[in-house]
Amino acid sequence: MNIYLTILIGSLLVNNFVMNKFLGICPFLGVSKKFDTALGMGLAVTFVMTMASIIAWVVEHFLLVPFDLMYMRTIAFILVIAVLVQIVEMALKKLSASLYQALGVYLPLITTNCAVLGVAILNSDSGYTLLQSAFNGCCAALGFTLAMVLFACIRERLAISNMPKWMEGFPGALITAGLMAIAFAGFGGLI
Amino acid sequence: MAKNNKGFFSVLFNGLIPENPIFTLMLGMCPTLAITTAASNGIGMGLATTAVLVCSNVFISLLRKIIPEKVRIPAFIVIIASFVTMVEMLMKAYLPDLYNTLGMYISLIVVNCIIFARAEAFAFKNTPVLALADGIGMGLGFTGALTILASIRELLGAGTVFGFQVMPETYEPMAIMLQVPGGFVTLGLLLIAVNAIKNMVARKASAKEGQA
Repeated sequence: MNIYLTILIGSLLVNNFVMNKFLGICPFLGVSKKFDTALGMGLAVTFVMTMASIIAWVVEHFLLVPFDLMYMRTIAFILVIAVLVQIVEMALKKLSASLYQALGVYLPLITTNCAVLGVAILNSDSGYTLLQSAFNGCCAALGFTLAMVLFACIRERLAISNMPKWMEGFPGALITAGLMAIAFAGFGGLI
Repeated sequence: MAKNNKGFFSVLFNGLIPENPIFTLMLGMCPTLAITTAASNGIGMGLATTAVLVCSNVFISLLRKIIPEKVRIPAFIVIIASFVTMVEMLMKAYLPDLYNTLGMYISLIVVNCIIFARAEAFAFKNTPVLALADGIGMGLGFTGALTILASIRELLGAGTVFGFQVMPETYEPMAIMLQVPGGFVTLGLLLIAVNAIKNMVARKASAKEGQA
């Protein structure tokens, strides 16, 4: 049970994907202007990352390792993710129209979110079991959501405050993210 | 596209400065921030990305009439992933030190938005020669921006550039510059500087027009 606690705190706070590993910066900066969209994107990513961790593990252990194809890992994983995103999109469209409307726009973007491929590669490099991979994927994605939602809240406040003209837009967002990263660095001693 | 017969060099130059992938288009942020802790890493990552970008641009441009519109995205992904795997293997064989430093981020070139965006926005609509120019221009623009960012962070964070001591011995390195917050803040400040220079150039240009 101990390893799960380590994964939980490690992936959620200490090695937060956005704030410590620089994964998923594009959506972090791109779709964090509003709280609602940030939360929607975070949840969509959480779902895809958990599923991708599971399927990538299965592909690795039942296809790549037995046939000695580990050098094809990058291609195999990215294809798994692309297919998965497509299936999720189609399934959502059929099953739940309201959820599809809420998440639909973000789904195609997730294929090129490096956090998803990143978690699959990290799981594979750390030699996690199936359950640990799935748990790690879920926790890392929740960490991503946490950082994203906090950042969106700050940006909503920044939008109505008096920023100097030259700080508006990306420069201001990047410096805000830098300050947030200092706060997240404070979790460093937890494990 | 404003003009159909744009020259090789104007396309090449366009990627270098006017549409620099990092400073203007804000693409490919993850590797930009993650590996720019030393100037040599910046160049290594930049050149690896350039190699993939040039190959995938040319290849996609050659196949642009064969790939059906509907399945173009999976096709792009497979092409890009193949080139990334090649670069990864070559690097592992010939530059093992750089390979170990960059680690996971080499595989992550696959999901670098620059490559994808150029495939979609440029290579799929233009001839292979122009796609080659675009790949070289964008790639070198990316490499240049990475190197500048990495040099600043290395200079302030370790007192060196490319491993050579630049700051005087008494300089106390600011370790935070090499950590995550330093990356965000340096890029933010660099963007402010780039925007200021751009505004200045634009103002001069408009002043000249006013006189004439």
